[in-house]
Amino acid sequence: MTRRNVFIVAGQALGGVATGLVLLPVVGFAVAPILETPEETWTGVGAPDEFVPTSYRAVTLTIRSGIGEAGKTTAYVRQGSEDLGEDPNQYIAISTRCAHLGCPVRFFDAAGQFICPCHGGVYDFEGKVIGGPPVRPLDRFQTRVEGGEVQVGSRYSVTSDLEPVRARDPGEFTGGIWEYLYPPRPSTPPAP
Amino acid sequence: MPKLLPSFLNKPGKPGENGAAGNGSSPAVEKLKEAPADLVGWVDERTGATPFLTGMLFRKVPKGTNWFYTLGSATLFAFVVQAITGVFLAMYYTPSPVEAYASITHLTNEVFLGEFVRGMHKWGATVMIIVIFLHMGRVFFFGAYKYPRELNWIIGVVLIVLVLLMGLTGYLLPFDQRSYWATIVAMNINGTGPILGPYLADFLRAGAEFESTTLARFYSLHMLLVPGAIIALIGAHLYLVVKLGTTAPPWIRAETKPKSIRTEKVG
Repeated sequence: MTRRNVFIVAGQALGGVATGLVLLPVVGFAVAPILETPEETWTGVGAPDEFVPTSYRAVTLTIRSGIGEAGKTTAYVRQGSEDLGEDPNQYIAISTRCAHLGCPVRFFDAAGQFICPCHGGVYDFEGKVIGGPPVRPLDRFQTRVEGGEVQVGSRYSVTSDLEPVRARDPGEFTGGIWEYLYPPRPSTPPAP
Repeated sequence: MPKLLPSFLNKPGKPGENGAAGNGSSPAVEKLKEAPADLVGWVDERTGATPFLTGMLFRKVPKGTNWFYTLGSATLFAFVVQAITGVFLAMYYTPSPVEAYASITHLTNEVFLGEFVRGMHKWGATVMIIVIFLHMGRVFFFGAYKYPRELNWIIGVVLIVLVLLMGLTGYLLPFDQRSYWATIVAMNINGTGPILGPYLADFLRAGAEFESTTLARFYSLHMLLVPGAIIALIGAHLYLVVKLGTTAPPWIRAETKPKSIRTEKVG
């Protein structure tokens, strides 16, 4: 190796280091929010006797504070139904985020179904898909009863058998091999 | 040099030469008349730009060149319109989820000519998408992507993707119900790509949900990162156009007069 080659390699290496010194922090800066774990929040939505097992009540949750309407979402809450094999002391909170592409679904009491206005997704009373393009049942929120009020916590997704899994984005299948093809965000809380 | 400059910029004869002094104008006026030519000459002497500019602006085009060949320039013009109107829209826009919609309504309804400038940007975006695809169609149907112009086709395809990305990121900025939900749907479509999709959607949103910084992220992509990449690639695209020249339409046949074929006797 000649003296000239040593200087060429050293000069280029220095340039590479300088580029990396600028680029890596900047990329990390842009990617960092993905890895941040959002603080777990529990929102009180009402007294236990305000909810019945046969129908849902819409409640508004603030999932991101400080950004007004854009940080809010709606959930449908009901009491656990013995007819469906659920514990009446538990509360079910169904997310309105359609499992197809994330439009807001609405619960129609007369039909007992959730219907999405965007592409015609239809879900039954438990949130299982019975029509249209959605790939999995509606997401749910964790619930608990504390201090005499029902509280709604973080989101989780379910498989087609309503088995809880970690939260996934709309459009992503759950269960089986899909658990690996659609890896959950590292920061999502574990399923209940 | 003389070919490049319009005639009035050509340096007139010095007073006393060619009877220039005999036309009655004073030396000061003569000097003033020479000023533009002197200025251009001053720059040219220091940059040597003339051969480059004459080569670019007065390059030869093949027989049969027609109006379809202007679609590339039309796309460039549409981009320039978007760039100019975008810069001025940014003077009134606030990329905050709470204030974005209010700043847009203020811009549209109260700022002088605001609706017009915003309209140019909005409709100009549609025009740009249309002419860029017409331009691509022209290149495709005229076979202008063939050797040696494949690289220019590839750059053009990247440019189309970037322009569509501009459409996606710009759609969110008015921050009304339509742009919000359209963006939610678009980001979730991104998320359906196996393995990498969820990470890409996370990167676009800067988190798991529509976050406080999502709008700022789209704004930054829309007005800095993607336009920068587009400008750089347009530069490369135009360089290759000038370097390689344009193609004749497919219906123009190469001249194969017997005279033009040279035969040589070997031996």
